[in-house]
Amino acid sequence: MKTIAELQALRDEMKEKVGVRKDGEYRMRILVGMATCGIAAGARPVLSAFMKEIETRKLSDVVVSQTGCIGICQFEPVVEIYDSDGTKTTYVHVTPEKVPKIVAQHVVNGNPVVEYTIGANAK
Amino acid sequence: MMQELSMNILDVAENSVRAGAGLIEITVDEQPSEDILSITVSDNGCGMTAEQLANVTDPFFTTRSTRKVGLGVPFFKMAAELSGGCFDIQSTVGKGTVVAAHFVLSSIDRMPLGNINETICTLIHCNPSIDFVYRRRLENSEIVLDTREFRRILGNIELNTPDVSRFIRDFLTENTEELLSGKKSE
Repeated sequence: MKTIAELQALRDEMKEKVGVRKDGEYRMRILVGMATCGIAAGARPVLSAFMKEIETRKLSDVVVSQTGCIGICQFEPVVEIYDSDGTKTTYVHVTPEKVPKIVAQHVVNGNPVVEYTIGANAK
Repeated sequence: MMQELSMNILDVAENSVRAGAGLIEITVDEQPSEDILSITVSDNGCGMTAEQLANVTDPFFTTRSTRKVGLGVPFFKMAAELSGGCFDIQSTVGKGTVVAAHFVLSSIDRMPLGNINETICTLIHCNPSIDFVYRRRLENSEIVLDTREFRRILGNIELNTPDVSRFIRDFLTENTEELLSGKKSE
């Protein structure tokens, strides 16, 4: 079972390889809408799927975080991805099943998954 | 309507985040012998005025401008009352807010607790500058996760670093399993 002592070991291991990263230094930011509308629509497992995918691929220059309600509740769960040049892509009706494709195609290779974007889904 | 109580907890704790809290304490206390499940979310955020507090359980009251409804607290209150339980919220401007919901554990209308560990991991990961104390009690046994303790050990390593997030998730999973299996010492 995990104990605090194991956290100390992890810290010693990490100190060897990581520097302190500040917010502006991330190559990409993934923001999941986490207001009442997003949570009720299933944002939490989506955020969790992004976290696990980023961990598995060891993408230390990508941060997963949350944002509030941006006023398009009917499209929740909504995920915004900001590239390093500030370009924003808005994904709508995101499910955990869609996350590996978004990470592989957009986050790793830089090509947004157009079919999941708001532009392809807004009627 | 949320599918599980842990989503209500996430939603209510997000209010504490927006209230500028530096410390958020979440307690899930299950007492089968008394047939009670109590959930408390308390923070040291900006608190609410008497007028805000009087309106906070009204779904058509919100302090936000992106929409005209505020459903988080009313949903949580409704979930408690549907089970035959009760709900209470106390707040003081400049000191913080305490939200407490009590559920009748065996009620057929009580929503399942759901994945509370994922709620706690999400809150810690998304708010690395806020401290969280999470307590899960079952009868007289309990597990506690205090990010202040984690932070003291980690030094300048952020709590949302992928390796730390994974550690926190495993820590919660393993300790919860032990608590629920009854192996955790009292």
